[in-house]
Amino acid sequence: MESLKDKVAIVGMGCTQFGELWEKSEEDLIVEAAYEAYEDAGIDPKRIQAAWLGNVRTAMRGSALAIPLKLDYIPVTRVENQCCAGTDAFRNACFAIAAGVYDIVLVIGFEKLKDGGPERLTARYNYPDIFPQVPIGLPAQEFALKGTRYFHDYGLSFEEGKKMLSRIAVKNHHNGTMSPKAQFRREITLEQAMKAPMIATPLGLLDACGVSDGAAAAIITRPELAKEFRDDYILVKGIGLACGPKEAQLQAGQDFIHFEENIRAAQAAYREAGITDPLKEIGIAELHDCFTITEAITYEDLGFCPRGKAKEFVEAGVFDIDGELGVNTDGGLKCFGHPLGASGIRMIYEIYKQMQYKAGQRQRKKVRLGLTHNLGGTTGSYTVSVAIFGQKD
Amino acid sequence: MVGIISYGGYIPLWRLSRSAIAAGLKGEKAIAGFDEDSITMAVAAAAECLKGVDRNDIDALILCSTTLPYVEKQSAAILARALDLRKDILTTDITGCLRGGTIGLRIALDMVKSGSAKNVLIAAADCRLGVPESGVERESGDGAAAFLIGETEKPVATVKGQYSVSSELMDVWRSNGETFINTEEDRFIEDEGYLKIVGQAVKGLFSSQGLSAKDFAKAAFYAPSPRCYQALPGTTGLKLDQIQDPLFGKVGNTGTAHALMLLAAALEGAKIGDRLLVASYGDGSDALMLEVNGPNNNGQRTFASYMDNKKIVEDYRRYLKWRGILPLDKSRATVIPKVSMKALMRRQEELLSMNGVKCRACGTVQYPPQRVCTKCRTKDEFDKVRLSDKKGVVYSWSADFGAGGMELPIPTMTDVEGGGRVFCILCDASQEEAKVGMPVEFTLRRGYSQAPPDYIWKAKPAITAE
Repeated sequence: MESLKDKVAIVGMGCTQFGELWEKSEEDLIVEAAYEAYEDAGIDPKRIQAAWLGNVRTAMRGSALAIPLKLDYIPVTRVENQCCAGTDAFRNACFAIAAGVYDIVLVIGFEKLKDGGPERLTARYNYPDIFPQVPIGLPAQEFALKGTRYFHDYGLSFEEGKKMLSRIAVKNHHNGTMSPKAQFRREITLEQAMKAPMIATPLGLLDACGVSDGAAAAIITRPELAKEFRDDYILVKGIGLACGPKEAQLQAGQDFIHFEENIRAAQAAYREAGITDPLKEIGIAELHDCFTITEAITYEDLGFCPRGKAKEFVEAGVFDIDGELGVNTDGGLKCFGHPLGASGIRMIYEIYKQMQYKAGQRQRKKVRLGLTHNLGGTTGSYTVSVAIFGQKD
Repeated sequence: MVGIISYGGYIPLWRLSRSAIAAGLKGEKAIAGFDEDSITMAVAAAAECLKGVDRNDIDALILCSTTLPYVEKQSAAILARALDLRKDILTTDITGCLRGGTIGLRIALDMVKSGSAKNVLIAAADCRLGVPESGVERESGDGAAAFLIGETEKPVATVKGQYSVSSELMDVWRSNGETFINTEEDRFIEDEGYLKIVGQAVKGLFSSQGLSAKDFAKAAFYAPSPRCYQALPGTTGLKLDQIQDPLFGKVGNTGTAHALMLLAAALEGAKIGDRLLVASYGDGSDALMLEVNGPNNNGQRTFASYMDNKKIVEDYRRYLKWRGILPLDKSRATVIPKVSMKALMRRQEELLSMNGVKCRACGTVQYPPQRVCTKCRTKDEFDKVRLSDKKGVVYSWSADFGAGGMELPIPTMTDVEGGGRVFCILCDASQEEAKVGMPVEFTLRRGYSQAPPDYIWKAKPAITAE
């Protein structure tokens, strides 16, 4: 089996403001993200040979990109894969480059969630085709079940568990204050996070990310063509994707303190990238903090800390922006919100800017390898993507 | 002998404090939870009745109620699927008549005696609505009872005689499309209606059997009000202590189910050889005489257990919302997508019968049913496993404040005894009661759709039979 390592280079990226963008249309979001990427790469849009778009709820066809960008009859493929839609669109575009079929490819992830209200997150399905036995609420309950069990299995009192989760929220909010494009840019205190109104026990309002609109774009090519655009291009080191067959729901006794999909996707990505000691080798990671508990469990699944030690590592500041492994240095989903198809590309944007030392106040000194992670779906049948990036040698 | 093989009752957990209806009223009335209706209560009573019984032995099902959710469409068919009964059986509803329970009992007995069915299950349930603050609302309650009638060596009781009266009287009625019950003047209802007609049926039974009031150990009477109950001795010759407590101020008049629930309570307190009387009222009266042969010994929940397990609702508005009388604030409520009748049909085994499957190759129980085994990947080699009558243990839980709706939902992942895992709501419990490791049992409840109603299985705190 071959790998994607060093076969794809990112030469340009763009990212819109994320938030409740009442005045921005899908066209505005797509055009702004794409043209920032064009300008960043210094490329004539006519040179784009194919495009992939990641979107979950609103765009049902490739023309969703062709129309606003006036693409010249090139192939456009829409990818939907829950919260991994953006990263999976990027992954498929990478395959096209690695195969040598195209030289230059555009990837855009976007989502306009706020037009539809909260039901935009769930309303695509015919009841009872999914989740008939549980309230069709927001996804919080899904992850709350993991929180309850994490506290229980590691003997954490409610306060101890909440403190761990709140510490993650405080960290991400702090990072978000330095992100001009984030939806939320304010500090929160540990006490505020711990006492925030409950949304799904044990998760409070400040354990959850927001619902926002946004778009992000990347232009990719083969490394040998990348030099034409810039010296500080970024290389793809590996991408893993895992889709769960629902074992954690179908088999009694399966635990709720790990996500098997996380482990499988990370194994695949680490194998491609040649990573054996993630905590030492990875300098910066964008983890899917849809809820703080997801970020906590993901530290353990991805090998950033031993099982059951998330609390210890979080409280020691290991994952702070100036810690050993900076996690969600741009504020994460917590501060950007989660416009489903856009999030994966937005994460890559942060890694890209950090590796080019253009992350402003958020800039980490040493970035080594960078990782992005997305997780979406329901218990036992999550889709997880893990992507690894590096600077050119 | 043809007789009662087993019986089961159901009283919802919830009691409305009667002082919430009007200051000064004493006691409580049993009320169906926000997610209960006559079908779900009938399922609960029938499941109790069927404990220790092979459900494949049931040849007919009769559902008696004045408050079924459909005017056109049979509710007994829903009940049959929820109970996972055979499909080659006769099912019917008996509706529109408050004495439907005893009519069902008579029909069931006649079916078995005629040889058209070996075992007939009859369930009666009601959840009647009086106008807020009215006398009907004050004295009515919600509940259900179920009886299995069949030919057996050792019945719980046999029916030795019966006498019916048919009567046409506009005393209590509800027309098509009306939400609330209409009533005539109290004295007309009680004296010209209830006491006169029930008296005729009881006296008819006595004289046809050559018996008198003193020959009965206990009598179970449907009664619309405490006043009627107090007046029964004068009409029937029975002493008040011979009459089963009709549970006013505790449960209330449970409509079609009332006489059968009280008969079940009387059977529980009876000795072998006791002679019992049951009498109903509604467009006439049926009086039946029973002889007690033995106990109901399959671990059914007792009336005392139902009476002791209760939660009081003090907030009248909460009750009015549960019954749909007060509207909900829908601005943040859960959006209910359109119900797909095709998906409901395809997933009936899973959703309505709560059947999972067990892999013949590796023995793994899985729910909902799968085509390819989750564990060993063997294809299409499964046996059906009914989960609805099994116990479970909460593996994890939450309380979803974002879901909206009438009551805070507590989603759980619940592991089932013998294998299988179910993602379901914990009902009849507050967030303070929810715990990892909590023992639960399963109960059919209303789902999310109001029109048409749909049904889903939920978990509720396990209560051991006494």
